[in-house]
Amino acid sequence: MELWQAFVQMVHTLIPWLDGTVANILIILIKAIVLVMPLMLVVAYFTYAERKVIGYMQLRIGPNRVGPKGWLQPIADALKLMTKEIIFPTKANIYLFLLAPVLAITPAIAVWAVIPFDEGIYVTNLDISLLYVLAIGSIGVYGIILAGWASNSKYPLLGALRSASLLVSYEIVIGFALVTVVMIAGSVNLNTIVQAQQGGIAHWYFIPLFPMMIIFFISALVETNRAPFDVVEGESEIVGGTHIEYSGMTFAVFFLAEYANMILMATLAVVMFFGGWHSPFEGIPYLQAVFAWVPGIIWLLAKTSFFMFLYLWVRATFPRFRYDQIMHLSWKVFLPITIIWIFVVALMTQFQLAPWF
Amino acid sequence: MIKKLSKLVKSFTLSELRTGLKITAKELVNKKITVQFPEERTPISPRFRGLHALRRYPNGEERCIACKLCEAVCPANAITIESEMRDDGTRRTTMYDIDLFKCIFCGFCEEACPVDAIVETQIFDYAFESRQGSIMTKKRLLEVGSENTQVINQTKFEDAKYK
Ligand code: SF4
Ligand code: SF4
Repeated sequence: MELWQAFVQMVHTLIPWLDGTVANILIILIKAIVLVMPLMLVVAYFTYAERKVIGYMQLRIGPNRVGPKGWLQPIADALKLMTKEIIFPTKANIYLFLLAPVLAITPAIAVWAVIPFDEGIYVTNLDISLLYVLAIGSIGVYGIILAGWASNSKYPLLGALRSASLLVSYEIVIGFALVTVVMIAGSVNLNTIVQAQQGGIAHWYFIPLFPMMIIFFISALVETNRAPFDVVEGESEIVGGTHIEYSGMTFAVFFLAEYANMILMATLAVVMFFGGWHSPFEGIPYLQAVFAWVPGIIWLLAKTSFFMFLYLWVRATFPRFRYDQIMHLSWKVFLPITIIWIFVVALMTQFQLAPWF
Repeated sequence: MIKKLSKLVKSFTLSELRTGLKITAKELVNKKITVQFPEERTPISPRFRGLHALRRYPNGEERCIACKLCEAVCPANAITIESEMRDDGTRRTTMYDIDLFKCIFCGFCEEACPVDAIVETQIFDYAFESRQGSIMTKKRLLEVGSENTQVINQTKFEDAKYK
């Protein structure tokens, strides 16, 4: 944090002729770049990790040819996708066809603006940041629907229809699950929510909200079209779903958006249920002092990586759900549970159940 | 009733899902069984039927006597032979082509040959860059044979006692 303030100071002193507004815009731009560049790198290496982990779980080795131990594989993949031709289907609406990937990636990156990485480290601090995340996050579905529609081909359309109905149902479940967090924290500001979880593992929200945490994670799998809920692109039934007609960079952009969303959901799970940047050793006399030097962002990243690993683990383990069963799960199982839990949480709040309230 | 209840408890504690996750977690750390192909190879039986080769006698004379038994037996009609009398009065092939696209690698040609001229080697990782490349001409067959004389003799010897 001190580092950041020093940096802001430096910008102001180095370019004194810039007045306040312009300098602020510049600083926000730099913040955005500092956020997006590592994000893209993480996405690239997340794909590598995915292939490795799933390979290992299937007793294979995974990519190991490009560079030492395959470390350059994502770079090679990116280069390949960039140099490939972008093919437009003859009867596709080209403008919508090109707008779709843009609509998919913009919200996936924009959402990161309000995620708090550490005490005071964020691009912007909105008072309604949770609502912002939910609102912007659901715009991403337009990208997929548009892709299905603009391709003017049957399987993408089927994929888009599936995606639309799935996202609508699970948006509700996620909304309700997060309402419980808001009820406990008493705020829709992500910063405040994390601050409210200060004071060691016992204060993190996953304890009173354990079922909500599970439901949130499973719904996040659906929201990001991940196995075992990836019916939107279900290769065995509708070939590649909405992605069929996309090639080269347009496909890569969809891919980036999907993975950025996955990482976002993992981060959100940490922020909402696992104390965000707080160290798990807070409040433990000896260990707290030993780990005091670790910056909060490291804790956040460590916890997030665990959830990202969980994504891969789940993908390697479970077969794909049937479409109607996913719907059944949402409306007949998750929704009732979340609503019941909202009442439970209301009671807990009423009777001041320590140490969360 | 009890059964229903236990099923309910089971599904709400995700017990079956956890069993699955446990198995994949165990495999994550298990030893991997991948064979790194170009560097490592799996063992091959001496009877393996791969790319064809024409053999020669130790004195350099080619074995094939153009009897056309292999051409006749080939179920895929992959072999084409033309023959002629050589100056020393023996019958030899002037053309001996095997179309690898037609060949089904059944090994009948090898079985039919009275002088063990045509054989199938253990080579399986070959490739060609044009459609003509699929035709193994007499020249190429003889080359494969002379390049791999040692291996061919060895494998044929190993397999001989089972024939
Ligand atoms: S292996 Fe079988 S198919 Fe191939 S050339 Fe010999 S006889 Fe014909
Ligand atoms: S390869 Fe053998 S079977 Fe075929 S023509 Fe020559 S001698 Fe006869």
